[in-house]
Amino acid sequence: MDVTTILFLVFAGMLLTAASGVITARNPVHAVLLLVLAFFSAACLWVLLRAEFLAIVLVLVYVGAVMVLFLFVVMMLDINVDRLREGFWRHLPLAAFVGAAIALQLWLVLSHGAWQGKRAPGPGIGQASNTEALGRLMFTEYLYPVQLAGLVLLVGMIAAVVLTLRRRKDSKYQRPGEQVRVRRGERVRLVAMAADGEAKQDARR
Amino acid sequence: MVSLSWYLGVGALLFAIGVVGIFLNRRNLIVLLMAIELMLLAVNMNFVAFSHYLGDYHGQVFVFFILTVAAAEAAIGLAILVTLFRNLETINVDELDRLKG
Repeated sequence: MDVTTILFLVFAGMLLTAASGVITARNPVHAVLLLVLAFFSAACLWVLLRAEFLAIVLVLVYVGAVMVLFLFVVMMLDINVDRLREGFWRHLPLAAFVGAAIALQLWLVLSHGAWQGKRAPGPGIGQASNTEALGRLMFTEYLYPVQLAGLVLLVGMIAAVVLTLRRRKDSKYQRPGEQVRVRRGERVRLVAMAADGEAKQDARR
Repeated sequence: MVSLSWYLGVGALLFAIGVVGIFLNRRNLIVLLMAIELMLLAVNMNFVAFSHYLGDYHGQVFVFFILTVAAAEAAIGLAILVTLFRNLETINVDELDRLKG
């Protein structure tokens, strides 16, 4: 048993334990934190597979941005957890059966395919560094898909802003455009008054 | 020596955990989103494992795109979640029946 195997077993065990914790945690904040641990363990596994760039992207972008977004939303909402967990244990037998069946099928199909036995890394891996090789692919062969991915992110950003932006009716705010556009007639009103004593008393009051 | 099957086994178990999570927490919208993230991570794990053991970088480029789409999906999903909670004061899936579906 060499070091790589031990590291694989440790990281895979942490990944699966954290993933199980995500779906069974009572508190949503704990679930998000366990999901962060799961992503981190997955990144460690990817480093073992010499996919350093993706591992770092997973930690920086995914854990750093997306999971923090999850955490913000979970903390912002005031959720009644107990009502959401009704029927949790009732669904467990069926869920366990379906999950075991899916895992078994996936593993049987994927690990006994035609690629079995081709263990050694083929040409292409190990010549350049991982980041360099991925960068070459992305900016030559996959140039247009990368641009489209940027477009997807832009659409996602605009959609999130549009969905959550709202004009509050109970708060007061300025509209500079209307302030600039204002006419004299909208602000000043000339009133004709008689210049005698009654009017003076009115003004004093 | 860690072989390809081990990584595929981890990916399969992770995907199954995601599916079980959807079954168990079918009322809690946030945990549903997190279970979807777990399933995407399982798919990415398979992509990276195949990419390493078959010596082909194209699989890792695909993982890059999946991460992009998953990030956009999470952002829009959470925005919809916040809007729902603002309007209905709940994220219970059973009570989201405005469309009478």
